[in-house]
Amino acid sequence: MNTDRAYLAFRNISKVFPGVKALQDISFTCGQGSIHALMGENGAGKSTLLKILSGMYQPSGGHLEIGGNKIEFNNTLDALNAGVAIIYQELHLAAEMSVAENIFLGQLPHKFGVVDRKRLRDMAAERLQHLGMHIDPDTPLRRLSIAQWQMVEIAKALTRNAQVIAFDEPTSSLSAREIEQLFRVIRELQTEGRVILYVSHRMEEIFHLCDAITVFKDGRYVNTWSDISQVSNEQLVQAMVGRELGDIYGYRPREHGEVRLEVRDVLAPGLRAPASLQVKRGEIVGLFGLVGAGRSELMKAIFGASPLFSGHIAVDGKTRRFRGPGDAIAQGVMLCPEDRKAEGIVPVHSVRDNINISARRRTLSAGCLINEKWERSNAQKMVRELNIKTPSDDQLIMNLSGGNQQKAILGRWLSEDMKIMLLDEPTRGIDVGAKHEIYRVIYDLAEHGISVLFASSDLPEALGLADRIIVMREGRIVGELLHDEATEQKALALAMLRQSEPANNPINPVSASVA
Amino acid sequence: MSKANATPGIAVPAIELPSRNVLAHIWDKYGMLVVFAVVFIACASTIPNFLSMMNMRGLGLAVSLAGMVGCGMLFCLAAGDFDLSVGSVVACAGVSCATIINATGSVTWGVLAGLATGLVFGLLNGIIVAWLGINALITTLASMQIARGLAYIISDGKAVGVSEESFFTLGNSSFFGLPTPVWITIACFIVFGFIIRRTLFGRNTLAIGGNEEAARLAGVHVVRTKIAIFSLSGLISGFAGVVLASRMTSGQPMTSLGLELTVISACVLGGVSLKGGIGKISYVVAGVLILGTVENAMNLMNISPFAQYVVRGLILLAAVIFDRYKQKAKARV
Repeated sequence: MNTDRAYLAFRNISKVFPGVKALQDISFTCGQGSIHALMGENGAGKSTLLKILSGMYQPSGGHLEIGGNKIEFNNTLDALNAGVAIIYQELHLAAEMSVAENIFLGQLPHKFGVVDRKRLRDMAAERLQHLGMHIDPDTPLRRLSIAQWQMVEIAKALTRNAQVIAFDEPTSSLSAREIEQLFRVIRELQTEGRVILYVSHRMEEIFHLCDAITVFKDGRYVNTWSDISQVSNEQLVQAMVGRELGDIYGYRPREHGEVRLEVRDVLAPGLRAPASLQVKRGEIVGLFGLVGAGRSELMKAIFGASPLFSGHIAVDGKTRRFRGPGDAIAQGVMLCPEDRKAEGIVPVHSVRDNINISARRRTLSAGCLINEKWERSNAQKMVRELNIKTPSDDQLIMNLSGGNQQKAILGRWLSEDMKIMLLDEPTRGIDVGAKHEIYRVIYDLAEHGISVLFASSDLPEALGLADRIIVMREGRIVGELLHDEATEQKALALAMLRQSEPANNPINPVSASVA
Repeated sequence: MSKANATPGIAVPAIELPSRNVLAHIWDKYGMLVVFAVVFIACASTIPNFLSMMNMRGLGLAVSLAGMVGCGMLFCLAAGDFDLSVGSVVACAGVSCATIINATGSVTWGVLAGLATGLVFGLLNGIIVAWLGINALITTLASMQIARGLAYIISDGKAVGVSEESFFTLGNSSFFGLPTPVWITIACFIVFGFIIRRTLFGRNTLAIGGNEEAARLAGVHVVRTKIAIFSLSGLISGFAGVVLASRMTSGQPMTSLGLELTVISACVLGGVSLKGGIGKISYVVAGVLILGTVENAMNLMNISPFAQYVVRGLILLAAVIFDRYKQKAKARV
């Protein structure tokens, strides 16, 4: 790397938490005007490093250098003042306030303590225009899309004249078009000579966008490639997981049995047209669509977690009425929800309790007593079989990385007598290694005759994993593609079809959904 | 089982379990009980008469009411809710128990009436909170006033003296030197401690408090469980009201004002999380014992009741601030 352009340097950074060395001796530099990717499995230490950069954590050893000067942040404000801004995965903005107020939050223009509304508006408008955003600065933030929130975050960072801007998984909930827009802005920031750090699990994005890349593994620095064109996909994956992954999806065709799950003309909150689909024994079906297409809503309706306005759900040929998730689980229908933190884990409870929360009802003695021996052995079995990285099954689940939390939730359902597995974005925000393990579990399930229906907005994943892909758009099912005929173009065309395009596209439309 | 430092180069996150963690673990498990022991020993060695039989009985009786009601409150807090109606339910149950005994001449009917009063209020709270989805704070604030009002209406605003003397044994007899209400409280601690730790209902309660939506999607019957939780809290408050009425030989409509706040304070002081999901019976035991002992000591030292309020508030603040630090240390990453 051209060292005289190195602007931001990490020097022997380490961070120790009680019981865990989160970072050990991390050293590398980032140049001005370069987009530097940070990659690694979840728990590899990227988030911790960003938190040190943001001033939220203080390093246990080592230090940061900006522009050649050793610096020390005692809090996040220090970092902001030193020109470091982090755009987090979860956006930290005030939803009820206007766009303009959010951009200038903490430094609102004022006269004698009274906010100068006109100046605020003008300044914000100028910032927004600079980012190519055409929205009224007075709009309350909650009316904007996630992509627009992100732009507001970026605008906010620029008001502090941030020279170092770090993005933490910025594209995880954006559509393809929004991602392009974001990349355009990031490149602009790059040409202005800023240092961009970019954390993502999406390999294609990193190759598409970044100039340099640094890989972490288990809190240690593995390598930096200052020219990303000199490194291959396989090399990167190997650096991250320390082993060859081969074809990450490992798809092989399987025999399918009779229809196991049948959804007929289901209408539920978030769906705009009656949805019908079938999943056979041992079949893996992907539900693809952009954010807001209604995939989660359909899954929740099947699972009995949201009310059914009309339609029927049949399991193994028998029509079932699920009044709640409990009924669905009793019939062997399981759901891994989309938002792990809000809907999946009970954060303050142990890995063991999180695994056994559902299955424990079947192992009670005297009708109501917990069978602790069974729970312990079941949890340990799941930890072992699913390779959940945790010091013990007593550990609080909130201390685990996202991938390991997800595996624990899979363990929750593997403890049950399962017929149909519904997975909503099972690999969102999860590192490559854990993804691979989850794919393996999904294939195992299918081989045991379980029907898998999974929602994904990661197109290569949906294509690589599923026997069949059902595409949704704006609350309706719009088409279906078999594994062999499915391509990214076809799936995207279905998912994004606009009115200007002809309706007679080359893909089989599903008759029921063309209302 | 502490492991030596992970050898460098091995590709697992280095996990150390130094002896400090063992101490932390003990602290985590018995922390507030240790604090109680320290407070108790300090009081015993500095305050004359503190250890006297009379004072110990008084302390036991004072703690017994909050202890019983605290058992129900533990479940409400563990599920991430409150029950502010407990104090009024105690009064209302006591009054209705006394009134029914006087009307029918039957202690059994009176006790049943007291229990039923508690159960009905609990059930209503539960249905409104869980089924209709109304905020527990507001719901129980309302039922707190309704219960208090009904207590005044039934009793016509005056204490209802009980004429049936066999009723008094419940509150005034002793076994092995301990007053019966203290035995009842100990029994409650054991039963409720067992329920929250060892039964499906108890675990589901904690799961709902830890993350209601996750619990629902894991198949926990949230509405049913919550109704049961509030019913239980109402029932135990009703029972506490009956025991109190027996002790005082009358149903008093103005008793236990502010009891709900004392009980919530005690639970939180002991370590029950206000956000839900974390709660053990030992926390409740420690909380009511610490608060009870401090109050008792202040009475013995003739500290004015006005100053006592200030001290109690300060203790509670100290406890929650301390708890916050403990949580922060736990939730790393």
